Amino acid sequence: MSSQKKISGSEAVVKCLIAEGVEIIYGYPGGAIMPVYDELHKYEDKIHHVLTRHEQGATHSAQGFARISGKVGVAIATSGPGATNLVTGLADAQIDSTPMVCITGQVASHLLGSDAFQETDIVGISTPVTKWNHQITKASDIPNILAKAFYIAKSGRPGPVLIDITKDAQFEMFDFNYSKVTGIRSYKPVPKPQITSLNLAADLINNASKPMIVWGQGVILSEAEKEFLTFVEKTGIPAAWTIMGVSAIPTSHPLNVGMVGMHGNYAPNMLTNECDLLVAIGMRFDDRVTGNLDKYAKQAKVIHFEIDPAEINKNVKADVPVLGDAKETLTKILPLLKSRKHDKWLNNFKKLYKIEYDSVIKNDLFPTKEGLTMGEVIKEINTYTKGNAAVVTDVGQHQMIACRYAEFNKSRSNITSGGLGTMGFALPAAIGAKMACPEREVVAVIGDGGYQMTIQELGTIFQSKVPVKIVVLNNSFLGMVRQWQQLFFEKRYASTELVNPDFTAIAKAYYIKSKKVSKREELATAVEEMIKSKESFFLEVVVEKEANVFPMIPSGAAVSDIRLK
Amino acid sequence: MEKEIKTFTVSIYTENNIGLLNRISAIFQRRHINIESLNSSVSEIKGVYRFTIIVKVTELQIKKIIGQIDKQIEVIKAYYHNEDDTIYQESCLFKIKSSLLFDDRQIQNIIKDSNARIVTVNKEFFVLEKSGRRKEIDNLYDRLNEYGILQFVRSGAVSITKQPMNISEILSEFKN
Repeated sequence: MSSQKKISGSEAVVKCLIAEGVEIIYGYPGGAIMPVYDELHKYEDKIHHVLTRHEQGATHSAQGFARISGKVGVAIATSGPGATNLVTGLADAQIDSTPMVCITGQVASHLLGSDAFQETDIVGISTPVTKWNHQITKASDIPNILAKAFYIAKSGRPGPVLIDITKDAQFEMFDFNYSKVTGIRSYKPVPKPQITSLNLAADLINNASKPMIVWGQGVILSEAEKEFLTFVEKTGIPAAWTIMGVSAIPTSHPLNVGMVGMHGNYAPNMLTNECDLLVAIGMRFDDRVTGNLDKYAKQAKVIHFEIDPAEINKNVKADVPVLGDAKETLTKILPLLKSRKHDKWLNNFKKLYKIEYDSVIKNDLFPTKEGLTMGEVIKEINTYTKGNAAVVTDVGQHQMIACRYAEFNKSRSNITSGGLGTMGFALPAAIGAKMACPEREVVAVIGDGGYQMTIQELGTIFQSKVPVKIVVLNNSFLGMVRQWQQLFFEKRYASTELVNPDFTAIAKAYYIKSKKVSKREELATAVEEMIKSKESFFLEVVVEKEANVFPMIPSGAAVSDIRLK
Repeated sequence: MEKEIKTFTVSIYTENNIGLLNRISAIFQRRHINIESLNSSVSEIKGVYRFTIIVKVTELQIKKIIGQIDKQIEVIKAYYHNEDDTIYQESCLFKIKSSLLFDDRQIQNIIKDSNARIVTVNKEFFVLEKSGRRKEIDNLYDRLNEYGILQFVRSGAVSITKQPMNISEILSEFKN
């Protein structure tokens, strides 16, 4: 695509976005980015700009958009405080490998370094939390740098890119010429799979007697869901997921044995330390997954399917690393694998599930005590969405419960802040997810703490008419921190109790339909009303104040030291 | 073996890019690792730059650090080497009172023995230049320090590896 007519740098920015297929962007205007906003106004029939209520909200909306659609999310902000407000979203996208491009305005180039009004060194600040960043001071650099930004954000292991554009570059007129970037000399996004490692891996898989799969978001990012399902079914290996990987295959699949990690399921955590082969696919052995590394799967051989060479042997030593894009490596290994069944071994998972069910799950989902549990709320959501909704969660107890119990039939349905653990993520992320897939039901499940960190985005939902469903599980505590205080700090509840406002009144003030439930008999009809609503809907559920999330691997303990109470 | 702290030379071939130094040093900073010395210059290939960084870490750490440096977009290739696998030199300058040259003959012998070079002399002071390994420079410093050093400065190490680097091949593999 090219055209030979002098245009301004700011118009070029918008034309580049259009050329990259961007239809929705999230942002907040301000002095140093005004020329771009002026162009966005002219091109509003091609690009829909969503005005969030805070720049952080813009980044999380862009992330929600990216996570559900697989496309690059775009956020835009002004210099100085506008730019620094993007940092949390950038860090979140970096650690959770979310493709995002952030564009910031910057003071005019002759003012750089002079402490000008709203000047901040955002390139310096964002360096450790971006896959790539760059400052543009000449309009003629805009097309190529933005093309690079999209290519880098999306390719290989995805991540966030920040492009900072000085105001004079936005005003400067130049001959616009755009072509997509398809390669960068110093950047190899996808390593070539080695036939020898595929053979070695296949050999281990074909001969293992107690193999176990742990898969992560890599399966989803490489769009390898189909190949992965075939892999699981052909090998017959019980497969467990990390919080970022759930929904790649249906939660109801007979070989899906649940979540690994700190609040994961009992069976896959216990059996991690019993299996003879651990097949890790598109996951990075986060400390919340492994617990104590010195006592993690020491008895097992480890195969690690991974796109990022820096992840190999970073936390867990791989006996056979299989580098490459999961879609390609899984496709290539499939013909090398024997069709097998591991019924006896799978039975061990079922037995341990029964133990977990009796001591934890039953009480979470079918409580007999008076107070409402978070688990039964998720169960009702499952009932009315039939596992077809995208569930967007924040961080804390409600997040663990939602990820443990939510049912998923479709990939890209669990949107959460996994690596960074960003409270305030869910509400704006749900906005982005809903706008990317308007045909899908999007339910945000949020705690009363995190909700108040980005509660102003109710304004975005109201103004932009985004029909997201919001469930706040209100226990009037920062519940996960309180749980740790109870278990490890002798119940000294330092600054974890919240005196909350009337949440339904706040929703009403934004003209959002709302309901508050505190009794079990009201729950099902309230959830039904929420799901059936064509518009956005806010549901507050008052839950048990001092309930704990179990099972739990205490920090520093081995996965097999998982506690049921 | 992998857990013993040793001195490693990190060689990084890069595209020239503002901010890349920041990006590379951040990788050491977040792991709380001190950089012993750092040098950045052009390399044998036109348009390709080379960082030489000396750090004291374990081999386990340096492997992970190299992985994280290597995946930065503008890094063409990063390597680490043991001290034995590199030929490296540092350079330093001493500023010393000129009167000492005449008052104390011993200084002249020190200069001769150490293969140091006098860069300039005037009535007040002379400047001595010495290139060599860290130890040689340390020795010279200790000997001269007995007589008084007005100023001292030492460069970061520059190093050449004994093994070939194959950067040209890596670059020629790239086809846009």
